[in-house]
Amino acid sequence: MTSHPHPAPTEAGALPGSLLIRNLRKEYRAGQPVLKDISLAVEGRGITAIIGPSGTGKSTLIRCINRLVDPTSGEIWFGGSDLARLRGRSLRMARRRIGMVFQEYNLVERLSVIENVLCGRLGYVPAWRAFLRRFPDSDVERAFALLDAVGLGADFATRRADQLSGGQRQRVGIARAVMQDPALVLADEPTSSLDPKTSVEIMELMAALSAGGGTPIVINIHNVDLARRFAQRVIGMSRGEVVFDGPPDALEDRHLTDIYGGEGWLS
Amino acid sequence: MSEAALSGPSRRWVRFTPVERGARALVYVLTAVAVIWSLRTIEIIPEFLYDAPEQTADLFVRMWPFDWAFYPKAVHAALIETLHTATLGTLLALVLAIPFSFLAARNFTRSGPLNWIAQFVFVSSRSVNSLIWALLFVAIFGPGPLAGTLAIAFRSIGFVGKLFGEALEEAQQGPIEALTAAGAPRSMILVKGYWPQVEPAFWSVALLRWDINIRESAVLGLVGAGGIGVALDAALNNLYWDQVGLILAVIFAVVIATEFVTSFIRSRIL
Repeated sequence: MTSHPHPAPTEAGALPGSLLIRNLRKEYRAGQPVLKDISLAVEGRGITAIIGPSGTGKSTLIRCINRLVDPTSGEIWFGGSDLARLRGRSLRMARRRIGMVFQEYNLVERLSVIENVLCGRLGYVPAWRAFLRRFPDSDVERAFALLDAVGLGADFATRRADQLSGGQRQRVGIARAVMQDPALVLADEPTSSLDPKTSVEIMELMAALSAGGGTPIVINIHNVDLARRFAQRVIGMSRGEVVFDGPPDALEDRHLTDIYGGEGWLS
Repeated sequence: MSEAALSGPSRRWVRFTPVERGARALVYVLTAVAVIWSLRTIEIIPEFLYDAPEQTADLFVRMWPFDWAFYPKAVHAALIETLHTATLGTLLALVLAIPFSFLAARNFTRSGPLNWIAQFVFVSSRSVNSLIWALLFVAIFGPGPLAGTLAIAFRSIGFVGKLFGEALEEAQQGPIEALTAAGAPRSMILVKGYWPQVEPAFWSVALLRWDINIRESAVLGLVGAGGIGVALDAALNNLYWDQVGLILAVIFAVVIATEFVTSFIRSRIL
């Protein structure tokens, strides 16, 4: 670890949730890279949307950041360490500060809503507390406050997660991510399983989280209109490479053609 | 599409190719041969076969009326012992099997050799019948319910472990991934990610095995491993058919009762 060629990027003024990706490469099968040496700097504020066709590596990119997927090579600098090289306990410590919101919500179905939110603290609380369901009072209070903040009242708290609708589940998913007290939130297609109205509501919630809490969010999203509407920066990916990077206003039809290919669908 | 294409040369659909048909015929012939062969092997003695109905009727006549006085004397205590053997054996099996289930679940333990060791334990446990386990433990610990309890436990490890391990493998990965992403340690992923998902399967397997074990522990006494089987063995050896009848009826009643109890509990908790 000590022989690392590059110094940690800790230039003065960098925001805590900043992310620096250098030459990130991922091959599920040798010689067939899904990510082709991606380099990206994400400043620690606002919403960054990653758009691109299915199978282009968006999800792999996001999952490399919190190491649900192990990159083949490259560096991911976050909070003063290279996430790509962390293992064991230090990886867990880093993951605690990165919240994640999933397309399929990934709640523990047979646990209550409040317990699902409290799962966001599993990296912090001692094992016996979680085991006996004796979470610290401050955590429980915060969980209730977050349920209110995501628009689910206290009467949802004791319901089982499998009794909730998709939109409600995603609200719980967001509350769980925020419960981690994250410096960065990753969202992998958080609206793709939701109807259009609920999708907008969920994106508004994410925008409020990013604006109010100052937490930067990196979000994979299929829906170009939602990306334009809510993101401050759009990254377009195609075949494992970044082909567009800029503010949503700069995203033109020709870029979309680059990203998705073809033209017939643009009308 | 033109009319001609629709009504072209008449095409026929056959389910099997000639080779497949030949293979199927061969399977039928082999089955018939196997049945005839086995009938010749079991050596039916005609004299015994002819008077079997009489003998059966005779047995029932000798069993009835039951020797009810025998119940408080010897059967009741033995029955309780049987229930205790089954229950303790099941609990012991659960405790012993759970760690191996986690070792066997390929999604939880990503190590081929460890998975294999757990599978080996399950297969060893399952390939030996309870009665054989009981013979072993009677030889080690002497006759009595301790040997029976251990026999039940060791026979159940494979059953419980295999089924619970499979339930673990079927657990959805989404919640596990979410807890991993939140920085939860492995122990917490187990308790908050896996356990809630597999809890119904766990209780279902435990109840099912308890149910089976009550039936199995009833016969363990035949090899001296305690319980109601000891009384049955004694009655059979003494040709006290009215006592044999009573014991068989008691076993039958207990099996029916556990069936009701387990299905009731299952409908309540699952």
